[in-house]
Amino acid sequence: MNSRPSYAIGTGLFILLGFAALAYLATQTTSVANVHQGHSYLVKARFSNIGQLKERAPVKIAGVRVGSVQSIQLERGKMDALVTLAIDDKYNDIPDDSGAAIFTSGLLGDQYVGLQPGGSPENLKNGDEIVLTQSAMQLEDLIGKFLVNGGPKSSNSPGSSTSPKSASSGG
Amino acid sequence: MNTAVRRNWLLNGIAQVGECGLFFLEILIALPKSLRHSREICRQVWFVGAMSLVIVMTCGLFVGMVLALQLYYTLSIFGGTAALGTVVALSLFRELGPVVTALLFAGRAGTAVTAEIGLMRATDQIDAMEMMAVDPIAYVVAPRYLAGVIAMPLLMCLFNALGILGGHLVGVTWLGVDNGTFWGNMTSTVDLWKDIIDGVWKSLAFGAVVTLIAVYQGYNAPPTSEGVAYSTTRTVVFSAIVILAVDFVMTAFLT
Repeated sequence: MNSRPSYAIGTGLFILLGFAALAYLATQTTSVANVHQGHSYLVKARFSNIGQLKERAPVKIAGVRVGSVQSIQLERGKMDALVTLAIDDKYNDIPDDSGAAIFTSGLLGDQYVGLQPGGSPENLKNGDEIVLTQSAMQLEDLIGKFLVNGGPKSSNSPGSSTSPKSASSGG
Repeated sequence: MNTAVRRNWLLNGIAQVGECGLFFLEILIALPKSLRHSREICRQVWFVGAMSLVIVMTCGLFVGMVLALQLYYTLSIFGGTAALGTVVALSLFRELGPVVTALLFAGRAGTAVTAEIGLMRATDQIDAMEMMAVDPIAYVVAPRYLAGVIAMPLLMCLFNALGILGGHLVGVTWLGVDNGTFWGNMTSTVDLWKDIIDGVWKSLAFGAVVTLIAVYQGYNAPPTSEGVAYSTTRTVVFSAIVILAVDFVMTAFLT
């Protein structure tokens, strides 16, 4: 028998297992995570405001999940959010004039990208861009508008005619 | 133990803390010498760490599962089940992982170390080593201490990993939280250094404290069967108190 004791392999395995668990935690539960899962194709969409949309949020058509948000970047120059959507390969028949909007599930729930199918005979392909987009609805803006419009209801109209304009241009 | 000492339990306690600190210094001094017994350290890591894997991993799985179940119930009241992954991960990484692993470790490995060293003392093996000019602290105590400090963070990482998997099992597979939302919210909130590595620091501190209590209680156990049993019990009791106290202090400093 060689000089290596029998427990040495077990100890080594235990230490390797521990570090593997640390690596798993560090890569899978923090933002370094790898997002590729299954085959998918990428579609871009520009939004002027994405609200609380996060990476890996679901992409849905008619409420059914078809993919996920792969990345969110600020597009320099245009100053809007460039959202890359990874859509599963099996949903390859989405018309290319479809629209994308950011919805909230529930009043305070997580946000997701909803696709509204268009009627074009051509389908979205890898690298295409969705032109028709609708930004996230900001609850704060809505409350602001409601307060501005609903607050001075008893007073005259000038106050309520100027304020919504500034609120909507801000959003 | 005479009655005067027993009556002066406060002084006695303070003296024990002092003795424990001195014992810690002795271990630190003996540590370089004990590094030569690398085979003994290896065997102790196997004994203290790898043999605790089953209990730690099973408990991690169940803690993650019950955490997801309970938090889902609470979060669904507010319609916030999307945050399930985040809450499960943060509670595991920041508190439950280090603390529960340390408590399990004290029960599984700390008691074994105390009983082993205590019986060595009771059967005069430690005195025999001193007679043969073998430093028992360098040969018996320090390798066990080092092994405990090495094993604890590794066990905690495994506990956390299994806990996340258990939370995922219950939250996504059973309760129907969206898979992407579960992971997405988790990854966007959990920070590698602030959450995971802080947990590792905590776990290292717990490993140092729990193993110190275990070897101290074993080394100073009364050399009777009753004395060894008493010391083993005290290892668990003191470890539990000290783990939770140190946890409070470290949480206050780290966050």
